[in-house]
Amino acid sequence: MKETSTAVADVADAPEWTGLLKQMLLIRRFEEATEREFRKGGKVGGYLHVYIGQEAIASGIISALRPDDIVFCGYRDHAQALSLGSDPNAVMAELFGKAAGLSKGKGGSMHLFDSEHGLYGGYGIVGGHLTLATGAAYALRYQQTDRVALCYFGDGAMNIGSFHEALNMAGLWGHQGMCPVVFIIENNGYAMGTALERHSALTDLSARVRAYDIPTEKVDGQDIFAVRGVADRVIRQVRETGRPYCIEAVTYRFSGHGAADILQPYRPKEEVEKHRQRDPILILRNRLAELSGLTDEEVKSMDDWATDVAAKAVKFAEESPAPEPEELFTDVVAEHGPRPVRESEHE
Amino acid sequence: MSEKSYRDAIRDAMIEEMDRDPNVLIMGEDIGVYEGTFRITAGMLKKYGPKRVIDTPIAEAGMAGTAVGMAMLGLRPIVEMMTMNFAIVAADQILNHAAKVRYFSGGQVDVPMVIRGPQGAGVQLSAQHSQSFESFYAHFPGIHVVAPGTPADAKGLLKTAIRGKDPVIFLESAALYGMKGEVPDDPDFTVPFGKSRVVREGGDVTIVSYSRMLQLSLTVAAKLAKDEGIECEVIDLRTLRPLDLEPVYASVAKTHRAVVVQEQWKPFGAAAEIAASITEAMFDELDAPVARVTGEDVPMPYARNLELLATPHEPEIERAVRKVMYRKQ
Repeated sequence: MKETSTAVADVADAPEWTGLLKQMLLIRRFEEATEREFRKGGKVGGYLHVYIGQEAIASGIISALRPDDIVFCGYRDHAQALSLGSDPNAVMAELFGKAAGLSKGKGGSMHLFDSEHGLYGGYGIVGGHLTLATGAAYALRYQQTDRVALCYFGDGAMNIGSFHEALNMAGLWGHQGMCPVVFIIENNGYAMGTALERHSALTDLSARVRAYDIPTEKVDGQDIFAVRGVADRVIRQVRETGRPYCIEAVTYRFSGHGAADILQPYRPKEEVEKHRQRDPILILRNRLAELSGLTDEEVKSMDDWATDVAAKAVKFAEESPAPEPEELFTDVVAEHGPRPVRESEHE
Repeated sequence: MSEKSYRDAIRDAMIEEMDRDPNVLIMGEDIGVYEGTFRITAGMLKKYGPKRVIDTPIAEAGMAGTAVGMAMLGLRPIVEMMTMNFAIVAADQILNHAAKVRYFSGGQVDVPMVIRGPQGAGVQLSAQHSQSFESFYAHFPGIHVVAPGTPADAKGLLKTAIRGKDPVIFLESAALYGMKGEVPDDPDFTVPFGKSRVVREGGDVTIVSYSRMLQLSLTVAAKLAKDEGIECEVIDLRTLRPLDLEPVYASVAKTHRAVVVQEQWKPFGAAAEIAASITEAMFDELDAPVARVTGEDVPMPYARNLELLATPHEPEIERAVRKVMYRKQ
């Protein structure tokens, strides 16, 4: 069991790293745009949880997947969708509650879903989706494929019953080679506003996972070289063995828990500032400058592209039509769906 | 046709569907090696092997949640809850996940899964093991709720549940497991959801019920016809969601009186929903307020005499029928 991995990914493949930098810039600019639109009021409703600061974990692990692999995650899910290749316009349209959204505007920010690209859902009940990912992984093996499932969750998800029930069953099914799931702890140090040492009796989170006979590896979640290196190895192993594995990615959320979390009384400003120095985008960009001579101009051109894609997504979402009223009643169940209550009242 | 018990009808349905479709599997606590608390799954582990008959830890949320994930990927899991009382532990997985994922994904996935198990009172299992959950689940859109009252319906409805595309809560009456009845042998015999059935015809009073209370209602209808010349029309709802009240309305148009019978507690129960619906739809046809026969509003006691007092029996149904006919008790 490795405690902490150091950067081990093959850095020779410069074009792929550049592509990941571009993707992380897109996530960053996209998330900033969603926050701006949320604060304008009336555009993005409900809750909005952005991924700023954690980009290397979505990009680094998802880039190691095969196109037929699948991903489950919590409600901080925009980055996973974008990393999987979901159309930024459709993601933004979902946030705006429009018919062109990934889920026809019926899920919103917390429930991004794009089965075509392998995204099997963002889920809004903390830790509730771990059982789904475990069962999905069983199904992948039952169907005699070598596909794998990723399951993202935060440190805050590790105290709910579903976490323990899912990991125990995954551990058991793994003994039969029937559970190819990679659990990913996005350990950003806070369960919403409750710090790790205040919410987890044992702060060594990987140790808690190992209690279910699931091997773990802890990695610096700000360094995409390290993340990708671990991901390549772990995903290959899980695909071969059908046994679950857990990556604990240590990270930090630069923005509030949700877009409405502005005061953040639970953490000092100095702490946030300190962590901002370890910006995953900056780390990747500096390494690429060092290794392959990436220039500031090249970075700026990528950044301009990302800003433009985000702006176009906002414009697309704004101009898209709202769902038709009839959509209220579709997708409830496959058959025997509901009749409009109001209509039946006035027959 | 063969004479089968309610228990064997459920078992036959599962075996036939597992033979028919390799994507059907069953999971639950002590269903394999132990052969099932109620022996419904006896022999199935041997027949289908541990990948299709999965003994789980005592972890209802884990069972229900993993079933949701399996179903989203195209399997058809059946989850046996040792009793439906334990399924409350999995309420988040059933109601927040199974029932919602089709909707919030905009219809990107089917969730074909069945959660089945016994419920109801009658054998001194006291407060935590004797509850009925039909109105609890039927409140939520996104799932189907089934409560069969005969062996044939148990088989036909379970087969429909397993072949469907949605999560189904399949509520078995523990007290009916030993009940026998004629069951069709045709492996493609199914009973559709949302089709209530007139089980006994009559022109005086409409009795609406389901599950075990159907059998009590039929007993009362036979007795009242013989002793007092009152002809009750008895309707079995079979599924609470979807709920088919058209035969109820047609019957009330004829009888102008209705009694709804349920085992569970009265407040906010299935009978309240049905009585309100009858009143909304058939107000001008009614000659008496719709009567409800229900359990008493208490946790289930252990002592046999108290348990009998807490659950509805034939005399209460008889009294309700006389009441809506303004007859002397």
